Amino acid sequence: MSLRTALLFAACLLSAGAAAGEIPLSERRSGYELMGRETRAMQDDDATNPGMLWVLDGETLWRKKAGAADRACAACHGDARTSMKGVAARYPAFDAALKRPVNLEQRINICRTGRQKAPPLAFESRELLALTAYVARQSRGLPINIAIDARSKPFLDAGSEAFHRRQGQLNLACSQCHDDNWGKRLAGSLIPQAHPTGYPLYRLEWQGLGSLERRLRNCLVGIRAEPYAYGAPEFVDLELYLMWRANGMKIETPAVRP
Amino acid sequence: MARAVVTLPAQAKRGEIIEIKTLAAHSMETGFRRTQTGELIPRDIIRRFSCTYNGTEVYRVDLHPAIAANPLIVFTTIATETGTLSFQWVGDNGYTATETAPIRVE
Amino acid sequence: MTTRREFLVATAAALVPAAVEAQIDPNQAANRKAAFQAALRNIVGDGQLRRGRVKLELPPLIDNGNSVPLSVAVESPMTATDHVVAIHVLTEKNPLPDVVSVHLGPRAGRARLSTRVRLADTQSVLAIAQLSDGSFWSDSAEVVVTLSACLEEGLI
Repeated sequence: MSLRTALLFAACLLSAGAAAGEIPLSERRSGYELMGRETRAMQDDDATNPGMLWVLDGETLWRKKAGAADRACAACHGDARTSMKGVAARYPAFDAALKRPVNLEQRINICRTGRQKAPPLAFESRELLALTAYVARQSRGLPINIAIDARSKPFLDAGSEAFHRRQGQLNLACSQCHDDNWGKRLAGSLIPQAHPTGYPLYRLEWQGLGSLERRLRNCLVGIRAEPYAYGAPEFVDLELYLMWRANGMKIETPAVRP
Repeated sequence: MARAVVTLPAQAKRGEIIEIKTLAAHSMETGFRRTQTGELIPRDIIRRFSCTYNGTEVYRVDLHPAIAANPLIVFTTIATETGTLSFQWVGDNGYTATETAPIRVE
Repeated sequence: MTTRREFLVATAAALVPAAVEAQIDPNQAANRKAAFQAALRNIVGDGQLRRGRVKLELPPLIDNGNSVPLSVAVESPMTATDHVVAIHVLTEKNPLPDVVSVHLGPRAGRARLSTRVRLADTQSVLAIAQLSDGSFWSDSAEVVVTLSACLEEGLI
């Protein structure tokens, strides 16, 4: 084998290494399939899905003028049903100005501060959740499509490293449950593969709509690790990795989960 | 902001039984939860839901803290005549919400 | 300056009385059963509660006690002379026995309700239908609750 071939072979092994332990596309299952029949029905019917209350609020906010620029989202983006179609499926996405990926909530705030000249919406506020839910809803049914290039690869790797790293007082890595033991039970609950297909979602435990970061904070507290602050780069790296790991799965926003 | 959402057919045949689905945005605070320092969070719930059809009440619900947050109420009514269905929610601390929907009956 | 130890002791002392009332009531089960009986008497009075005509639907094993889908349907022609006047739902182990009451008449077409309820514990739920002839009919269903509602955010 020539040096060139050997290097190519090693490179393949390395990139395959990043994928080792990942769930193959044909085996990816949404948490939707683990829920009872009635909870699934709650998600499927817009008339009974509580998440739709936030989506409708988002629709109102989309058309509301804001900030010193006195401009609504609709002024630049028109009808969200067309302009926002497919957007949530490719977020987190690389932001050239910030030189790093940003999630959908951050993207909305970049528009608010930069274009509308309005103050940013607080993380997990009703307004930001409503707008994010409304935008993500426009991608419902579309496959997640995170494209990684040379710029975003380091952040994907950071997220992957965090997913596979043992942490917290319980010294558990995300992968130990969600890659190695999905489908088995932990304290009576079925362990999902943990794909963020339906965020922001209505969680019965919260009795309200919440973001992926809120859910991840719950996970981190659950393994007795220090949760990152909302919008922290560690979070966005992890979100990027989780969405990439779920590539090909359909967006379900606004999902319902226990 | 959307305080409530109602879903029902826009038209029906006279005498047809139609299904109405309603969702109200409300945390339905039970009054049994406590803060991190042990104080009771006071009860704050929707107490009553009513549906009137051209002014006549056709369905009324008394809600208690055991009703889940963002209450869903699904019920039926007979499509008797063309007109307006009016839905009202009343609760603690002066909470009220109203939605109306037209119905065409042939 | 309060030391960390003094602060923790003071906080624990402040927490315990209120929390004790809420969490460690030795008569809780008996008290709730009595409240359930009182609520039942309040509805049925001296009348007889019969089984039948009512169909109460609840998932046998639920995802989360905070939001349990519940449906009640009563067999009735819903005519002016023979209809359901009210539907009541009660529980035995929730902090309060009353869940929901529906007031309806022939205009409803069908005597039905679908909603979502909170259940604090594995228990049985009772649905009562009050008919226009003054009779009371009922159905009950058992539910297993693994993540309970109402009282999860108790001590810490």
